[in-house]
Amino acid sequence: MDKTIRFKLNGKEVSVATSPERMLLWVLRTDLDHTGAKYGCGEGYCGACTVLVDGRPQLACQFPLAKAEGRSVLTIEGLAKGGRLHPLQQAFIDHGAMQCGYCTPGMILRAYALLRETPDPSEAEIADALEGNLCRCNNYGRIIAAVRAASQALKMKGVAREAR
Amino acid sequence: MKPVKSRTHPRIRPRGRDDEYTMYGPGGPGPAPTLERREFLKLAGGGLVVFFAVGEGAEAQIAGARGPDGGYPEDPNAYLKVGADGRVTCFTGKIEMGQGIHTSLAMMLAEELDVPLASVDMVMGDTALCPYDQGTFGSRSTKYFGPPMRRAAAEARGILIRLASKRLGAAEDELATKDGAVYVAKSPAKKVTYAGLIGGKRIEVRLEKKPPIKPLAKHTVSGKPTPRRDGRDKVTGEAKFSGDIRLPGMRYAAILRPPAHGAKLKTVDTAAAEKYPGARVVRDGDLVAVLHEKPDLAREALALIQAEFDPSPSTLDNSTIFDHLRRTAPNAETVEQAGSLDEGAKLAAQIVERSYYAHYVAHAPSEPHTALVEIEGDKVNVWASTQSPFRAADEVARTLGVVPANVRLRTPFVGCGFGGKNQGGQIIEAARLAKLAGRPVQVAWTRPEEFFNDSFRPAAVYDVKAGLDAAGKIVLWDYHNYHAGSRSSQPVYDIPHKRVLAYGSGFGGGGGQGGVRPHPFATGAWRGPGSNTNIFATESHADILAEAAGLDPVAFRLKNLANDRMKRVVEAAAKQFGRAFAKAPTGRGYGVAITDYLNTCVAAMVEVEVDKARGEVRVLRVVCAQDTGEVINPDGARMQIEGCVTMGLGYALTEEIRFKNGRVLDQNFHTYQVPRFSWLPKIEVVLVDNPDLAPQGCGEPAVTVMGAVLANAIYDAIGVRLFMLPMTPARIVEAIGKKSG
Repeated sequence: MDKTIRFKLNGKEVSVATSPERMLLWVLRTDLDHTGAKYGCGEGYCGACTVLVDGRPQLACQFPLAKAEGRSVLTIEGLAKGGRLHPLQQAFIDHGAMQCGYCTPGMILRAYALLRETPDPSEAEIADALEGNLCRCNNYGRIIAAVRAASQALKMKGVAREAR
Repeated sequence: MKPVKSRTHPRIRPRGRDDEYTMYGPGGPGPAPTLERREFLKLAGGGLVVFFAVGEGAEAQIAGARGPDGGYPEDPNAYLKVGADGRVTCFTGKIEMGQGIHTSLAMMLAEELDVPLASVDMVMGDTALCPYDQGTFGSRSTKYFGPPMRRAAAEARGILIRLASKRLGAAEDELATKDGAVYVAKSPAKKVTYAGLIGGKRIEVRLEKKPPIKPLAKHTVSGKPTPRRDGRDKVTGEAKFSGDIRLPGMRYAAILRPPAHGAKLKTVDTAAAEKYPGARVVRDGDLVAVLHEKPDLAREALALIQAEFDPSPSTLDNSTIFDHLRRTAPNAETVEQAGSLDEGAKLAAQIVERSYYAHYVAHAPSEPHTALVEIEGDKVNVWASTQSPFRAADEVARTLGVVPANVRLRTPFVGCGFGGKNQGGQIIEAARLAKLAGRPVQVAWTRPEEFFNDSFRPAAVYDVKAGLDAAGKIVLWDYHNYHAGSRSSQPVYDIPHKRVLAYGSGFGGGGGQGGVRPHPFATGAWRGPGSNTNIFATESHADILAEAAGLDPVAFRLKNLANDRMKRVVEAAAKQFGRAFAKAPTGRGYGVAITDYLNTCVAAMVEVEVDKARGEVRVLRVVCAQDTGEVINPDGARMQIEGCVTMGLGYALTEEIRFKNGRVLDQNFHTYQVPRFSWLPKIEVVLVDNPDLAPQGCGEPAVTVMGAVLANAIYDAIGVRLFMLPMTPARIVEAIGKKSG
């Protein structure tokens, strides 16, 4: 039975009339034309579909639309502000932390969630947090280096903000 | 240099506007008028176009290279354009799947034309805009496409200087180029931009001579570490992959699959699926699919179809495959032969004979095979994740019965390939379904479909017999490989008496003797086809010989190598590794393996820990030294090598397709284990400087040594050798048990 589900997508109110049992991934990609979240395995094994719901990482291929009702969803399309890249995005470019780029949106969003909870993570903490995100063509070490660099850049920004 | 004669090939049927492709990156969407090249040049406005030919070497021709009019590679099959706005565009049928040629080829162009890198556009993998290309594989793009493109750019620069000479009233040799402008060397204020020179003019030339290219010493772009140019699109989600393309009225397909390879559809009842709201069931012979506006709902409806299949005729599984492969081996091809095996045996003080085995491995690309097909009258538009856009477009034309020129295939960003996307089954499925539906149809394989339909790296068997003389030199080498293919089957060492035989190519389902298919499913190229497992066998065997000779494995290799480049790379790796090797096993877990992969020299050295009780291998450190000739983008080269090392851990330690009676038992990443963050070793790459050698391939070489280097390190750690890939914990525990038992 179709139902109208309302939630915030990258800061904007959206509503979609469809079956609430559908997984968020397909609603984002098909109904809402946000294709940044990728299908990789469909069963929660690869992390390519990772999005944030109320700041927490969720596998969109396993997340029923009904659970998004009234909540705030962040996809990769919502991370840059006014054309300015988030430090994580910039660090991924600077460290060559992607090759084909298919797993990259999920990686960045999972790392984003980590940095919210653990602003200054060790390399081991980053690897641990990202263990469920698979990359098939790159060196995971570059992703860890990028997340470390972003955490330092964010720290510097925070310092600058406090100084003002 | 002479004007290009009017001709209908190469198939160049671009869109009307010049700026559309820049909006989408490689092969993004846009209208698809069909035009002859002449018309294109008219519509595209002013510009200097240089046509050039790209030959891909004898190997490529063997692999089935062909040109649109049969004349490949003499015909121009690539071109670049300096536009009226001064922007430089390269049109190539190569595709970007992560390997970074979107950046490195643009760097080569910017360098040779003296324009900022930011003003170079790459148009890739679009069969309407780009001249014929046989496909992106074999670590060949920079090696074979780069040099002629560079010469064409040098030619373009020469023409711009000639035009400027008239404009500026200065002799050509008084002029220099920089930042997209020609200027008088002694008074740089006197200058004219490329855009100013070209204005509304149209100039077409075909490159025939080989103009001098810039000496390396003058390079300011090429050779400098450069971030990926597609990085921004890939971190913002703007990068479009095939599954991200949307067309009005399109439908998503969910296709009925047999439970096993070779299982034929017997009965099918689609009544329940047809009642599913919004679903439409279509059928063309064995192809049964549900179409729906939503991909997930198409799949829900598909689950309602009741189908019965005959059982697969295949009775093979992982335990019986190797005997079967020996039995079904076709006649041998002699890959290499020298001296006499009898003579070698006489010289040998000791002879070592062993057999090696490798299981099937999946490509498991991040992005499963995906295609979108739109049919409008007799015109067809395709967007597909493919490594072979032109071949795929031709197959679509044959399938739909339209002329090839009417099929336009665009290749958006491709999410990994590794050889698996040379096969375009999903494209043909989408074409057939689009025809049945009368609407655009997307086919995006699910992960289980990806595992089921993949063309696996072939399982293979290797028999190796080698002899050592009293001085520790290899004097005899008799090598038989069954179904791996010939690549990297030749020993890298200097051996007087040798024979290398390959029984079967490793490609396709295979014919085999008596019509028995060797493989129960498709097999094909897998990043470094044949080489990964041939090198597992040859370099494992070299280590056994080193121990038999009483030498450490590095000293033994240096002693038996004649190739100075290879020696230099081994020494560079040893220097970086910084720990002396000793005769194995030492208990320390050090390993070495080397190869000369299509003229790229690689030496890897690793350190591992083995948990003997659990059989688990922890790779602590990987040093990989590589001489790949001139390096265009050192960042890109390092990323390729690091990616090879990471991927290689998987086929070495865990990746194996389990199958039984035609069924593929591994269907997703919970059982098919690919490398993940927790596996990560410290990876150190050494780019061995060799700028005098033209750029060689970089996308595959380093992955090919990973099986052997880990086998050798495991032996050094625990004194137990593994003869089968992958070296899973269970196999390691079993091998330890056999040795101590």
